[in-house]
Amino acid sequence: MRDVAIIGVGMTKFGELWEQGIRDMFAEAAIKAMDDAGVKKIDSFYVGAMSSGLYTYQEHLSSLMADYMGQIGVPGLHVESACASGGSAVRSAFIEVASGISDIVLAGGVEKMWDVEDGTIVLATAADQEYEAYNGVTFPGLYAMIARVYMEKYGLTREELAQVPIKNHKHSVNNPNAQYPFELSLNDVLKSSMVADPLRLMDCSPITDGAAAVILCPLDRAKEFTDKPVRIRAIGAATGPIALHDHKDLTRLDVVKLAGDRAYKMAGLSPSDISFVEVHDCFSIAEIIVAEELGFFEYGTAGKAIAEGQGTYGGKIVINPSGGLKAKGHPVGATGVAQVIEAYYQLSGKAGARQVPNAKFGMTQNMGGSGGSCIVHILEAL
Amino acid sequence: MADSARYHRERFHRYALEAQKFDSGFISLPNRYIDPHSGSRTYEKINLKGTGTILSYTIIYIASDQFAHTTPYPVAIIETDEGARITAMVTDCDINDVKIGARVELVFRKILEEGESGIINYGYKAVLI
Repeated sequence: MRDVAIIGVGMTKFGELWEQGIRDMFAEAAIKAMDDAGVKKIDSFYVGAMSSGLYTYQEHLSSLMADYMGQIGVPGLHVESACASGGSAVRSAFIEVASGISDIVLAGGVEKMWDVEDGTIVLATAADQEYEAYNGVTFPGLYAMIARVYMEKYGLTREELAQVPIKNHKHSVNNPNAQYPFELSLNDVLKSSMVADPLRLMDCSPITDGAAAVILCPLDRAKEFTDKPVRIRAIGAATGPIALHDHKDLTRLDVVKLAGDRAYKMAGLSPSDISFVEVHDCFSIAEIIVAEELGFFEYGTAGKAIAEGQGTYGGKIVINPSGGLKAKGHPVGATGVAQVIEAYYQLSGKAGARQVPNAKFGMTQNMGGSGGSCIVHILEAL
Repeated sequence: MADSARYHRERFHRYALEAQKFDSGFISLPNRYIDPHSGSRTYEKINLKGTGTILSYTIIYIASDQFAHTTPYPVAIIETDEGARITAMVTDCDINDVKIGARVELVFRKILEEGESGIINYGYKAVLI
């Protein structure tokens, strides 16, 4: 297996992109990434998108995106794993480069979410359609049921839970691509409208349009393209039950531990080696449980630790320096790729005012559904 | 999603709480060919009694358009007395009475109707007992 590096990245601003359709956003990100790497022709590409069909009535993204990013002829594939679609695209591209099948592979992700009125019903397709969504549960509702059990079991308070979005919004102020780069007060969170009790609007990642793309190549060719390549040191992936009710322990996301452990094993590293992590904070409670499953905090302690400043600069580990899904935005299929871009910026010293100092290793964690799938990457500064 | 076959094939689960009891002890309400935990393929069909306990719940305030007319409404994860896990709305109650550990019974109810001349969808909801 060959070592794999990132040699270029590109993304759109995240937000309400009324003047761009799904093809425009993807093409913008892909062309920026190819320009960044200085490549005119790629060998292959993957596009992650959760539900282009329901959001935009457009499928067949391999052909569409090859056409509009100026790469007609190259092989392409649309990969889907709900909210982990973007991470799955990066993983697929990694495998293709590592295997020796292709040298220059683009991994991108995209979601056009603002064109539909009822996005809730689209997001619910990541749950069990016949046995969860049919009975009225929404996506925030699933995480609300996780939060309720966790809060009761571990004594996590509503105020402590609010510190997750407050921290992530604080980080996002320094991210020019973030959808909502402003700070939140405790009152902003606690007074925001109830979505699914106990989760309020400010616990929930937003509806976002956006696209992101990275270019991968064999590590031994990376210096042909850039002085600042970043190595993808390890990948870890796993699946879990489709329905939340089939999780043995409702306070755990076993899929994250499985994927994380596989990545640590492949890298030969442990949690204490990691300087920052981009986690899938689709809902505030998710960041807390994920930080525990990845081994950064003991079970039941991450909420209090984050509230005490252990998840930000100067703390134990910087969680979501980009602002996370909550503040940077969550264009579902693009999210996993954008996490990898943030890790690339951090490890190549290009993160500007949000730079994590002296970072050697960074991690990304992208999750589908209520713990139905998970992709973890460990990246390394060279 | 006016797809009558999709609803028809679920009739045994939704109308009669038909489940599978694998020889490993695992009970599944949806049909499965294999127990995902033990790998067992041997099971018998049972009908759940319908009584169970709430493991967690939420009150939905923002719903999809299909259910928006009925907000706020409680949804719960329930473990039936046989050990099957299901997700269901909790109905005919004061939302403040829904608690972890509350005892419930599954009852036959209308879930949705697809407009004035579309299919009326039925299934199970939970009531507090």
